[in-house]
Amino acid sequence: MPFVKAKSQKRDYDVIVVGSGAAGGQSAYTLCMDGAKVLMLEAGRRYNPATETPMFQTPDQAPLAGVGTPQKPFGFYDATVDGGWEVPGEPYVRTSDEPAGRFDWWRARMLGGRTNHWGRISLRNGPYDFKPHSRDRLGFDWPIAYEDVAPYYDKVELLIGVYGSNEGLENTPDSSPGCLLPPPKPLVSDLLVAQRARRLGIAAIPGHKAVLTRPLDFTGSPARLHPGNVTAQRILAEDMRARAPCLWATPCGRGCSIRANYQSTTVHLPPALASGNLDITTDAMAYEVTLGRDGRADGVSFIDRTTGKQQHASARVVILAASTCESVRILLNSRSAQFPQGLANSSGRVGRYLMDTVGSSASGQIPLLESLPPLNEDAADGDQLYVPWWLYRDQRAGKLPFARGYHIEFGGGKRMPGYGTGAGIEWLTGGSYGLKFKQDVRRYYGSFVHFDGRGEMIPNAHSYCEIDPSVKDKWGIPVLRFHWRWSEHELRQAEHMQRTFAEIVDSMGGRMQGPVQSDGAKAIAPGGSIIHEVGGAIMGSDPKTSVTNRWCQTWDVPNLFVTDGAVFASNADKNPTLTIMALAWRAADHILERMRRKEL
Amino acid sequence: MDRRTSIKWVLAASAAWPLSGKHAARAGPSPTGRGYGTDPNLLAVYHPGELWSLTFTAPQRRLAGILADIIIPADEHSPGASSVGVVEFIDEWVSAPYPASQRDRPIVLGGFRWLNDEAARRLGKGFSDLATTEQKGICDDICQESRSQWRDAARFFALYRDLTAGGFYSTPVGRKDLGYMGNVPLASFDGPPPALLEKLTLP
Repeated sequence: MPFVKAKSQKRDYDVIVVGSGAAGGQSAYTLCMDGAKVLMLEAGRRYNPATETPMFQTPDQAPLAGVGTPQKPFGFYDATVDGGWEVPGEPYVRTSDEPAGRFDWWRARMLGGRTNHWGRISLRNGPYDFKPHSRDRLGFDWPIAYEDVAPYYDKVELLIGVYGSNEGLENTPDSSPGCLLPPPKPLVSDLLVAQRARRLGIAAIPGHKAVLTRPLDFTGSPARLHPGNVTAQRILAEDMRARAPCLWATPCGRGCSIRANYQSTTVHLPPALASGNLDITTDAMAYEVTLGRDGRADGVSFIDRTTGKQQHASARVVILAASTCESVRILLNSRSAQFPQGLANSSGRVGRYLMDTVGSSASGQIPLLESLPPLNEDAADGDQLYVPWWLYRDQRAGKLPFARGYHIEFGGGKRMPGYGTGAGIEWLTGGSYGLKFKQDVRRYYGSFVHFDGRGEMIPNAHSYCEIDPSVKDKWGIPVLRFHWRWSEHELRQAEHMQRTFAEIVDSMGGRMQGPVQSDGAKAIAPGGSIIHEVGGAIMGSDPKTSVTNRWCQTWDVPNLFVTDGAVFASNADKNPTLTIMALAWRAADHILERMRRKEL
Repeated sequence: MDRRTSIKWVLAASAAWPLSGKHAARAGPSPTGRGYGTDPNLLAVYHPGELWSLTFTAPQRRLAGILADIIIPADEHSPGASSVGVVEFIDEWVSAPYPASQRDRPIVLGGFRWLNDEAARRLGKGFSDLATTEQKGICDDICQESRSQWRDAARFFALYRDLTAGGFYSTPVGRKDLGYMGNVPLASFDGPPPALLEKLTLP
């Protein structure tokens, strides 16, 4: 089966999955391994990490030493092609260009979607994160609790391979025994941050990242993941055996030809394809879910990008997993007499409550790390350690001027030199050049530590997207228009991040690079720039105020599901990808059960 | 003339920044072009000039190399910047059809002109024809952006130093100069050596 052109698609699919990233990959994997016939539609081209990944290429081999450009925003060697905040011919509309009021939309038009560019940081939401409104009366509770999702976090971790440790910390859940791979050794700079931050009452613990620090358990995990399904166990065992552990070199963001980290294309799609139950059509730009006379979804209309022609595929069930905003766009563009304001939008909430992550960054220069002997510090490409949110008690006591928390990702070490090495260090060197400059660069190389705060944004009525009344993309599909506003909670949190970074750098005996930003509006990264956007089709327990129920099933159309970040009712500081996969698996299990009962 | 007097003297009569007034057009038009597109071959090896045409004239190339070698000269560890392709890298950079390049292009080309004008004003020759000590005399006046009285020229020098470093440390020679040991497959990652941690009193 596998890759089929539009004209070769069959007519009897059980499920159409729109999108091939974390949500689409997981949805298709779960369905196919249990025997459902699935058609996956991907807007971008086919992509093969085994043959396309620039594993050991060096910056001197790339144009412009490999630095990012609008055509390759995260650098020439970043795995994402045909993607970024600007996609030629596919505009969107911003209602503000101000840094604190803008939203920039990242897209990846390629197989595997946005899993080709992500940090692989795989954190679980904790119990508080599903019931935030109950705790502080802000935002919304989810209609599910941590206990509903925990078994699926276990499954996803076992399947994709996540390193980390169980620390028993508040709202930072432990995994079930055997789910996590051992964390990698920390770098010198990691240990220094941990030592000094601890003196401030800030605990750094092993990060959680979808990187194989040893081979997957191909003898035990398949039976644990697919009990009673011998075929699935055999396929998965074979596939797990084919994934090599990390070789401790080359940045994960380039992709991984040996399949040591998670990309949908290296983890979800190969076994799903091996099941024989998955057809994938690439270059298929979905724009509408069509509605049958019975009020049920009967298929998906898409543009075949290779011909520019409109096509239609049909199935019993439709899953939107096109990425948060693209799924919203498809719903809003699926208008009919029954749903004049967009499909599954009787609540009027489709597009509402968009959230990104609160982001703020800083770097420090640390004299203790100067002139260290040569070391190989490629390690796991960062995130050996991180700092989970640590001020729950102060927050409960009303000592913080904002709600919700953030975690700190940090890193340093002797990374591969390139453009930027030796740049902007006049504040340290006094403007040296010549032999002194070469000595200075050697001295300061590897002496910087970088901090990224990643915090929770509370959904608000001013941050949303809708269909622009006039602008269309090159395929004639109406585009999204974004509205964005941060609340005081986010701005104060960003300010708090800056202060914390400065305190940690100070405790390390270092100096902050650049000013400590005390104005939250300047400290916060623009909306969409952290690329954690979720919401827009939030799940809830009331059809009047939410788009889907607890199973990611739209209230209005029983055979239409949304399994990507759009269903998030809150956006905890934890990076969303692991939760997207856990919810997609859970939704797919539910769909399988309902199909078995002939309810779908 | 002591340094303080020399600064006053130069301040009173230094070369005008060439991008204002009648010199503005001399940087030439910004490059236009499609760049490498959104789906380039990531496995190919690229060389400056392959994807978009380069800018520097022969005299500019000469000056670019002299200045790059003033910033990163040869020493006992590694050769100078111009010998590892830094001039070609900077030429590629200022010629690229991307926003960062378009921003930097007039600064670099304007900086070259300023150096020549300033060299002519001080010593009656082009910058490239000065003795090394004379060239460094001018660099000394603009190498510290935060303190220099010649803000545009100092901004140019700071950028040019960053570009020179970027070009140099991106190469195998630059990686070796810094003792970079990574980008090789390892069977295991064992972390820092215990002796080093002990020295730093880290656990």
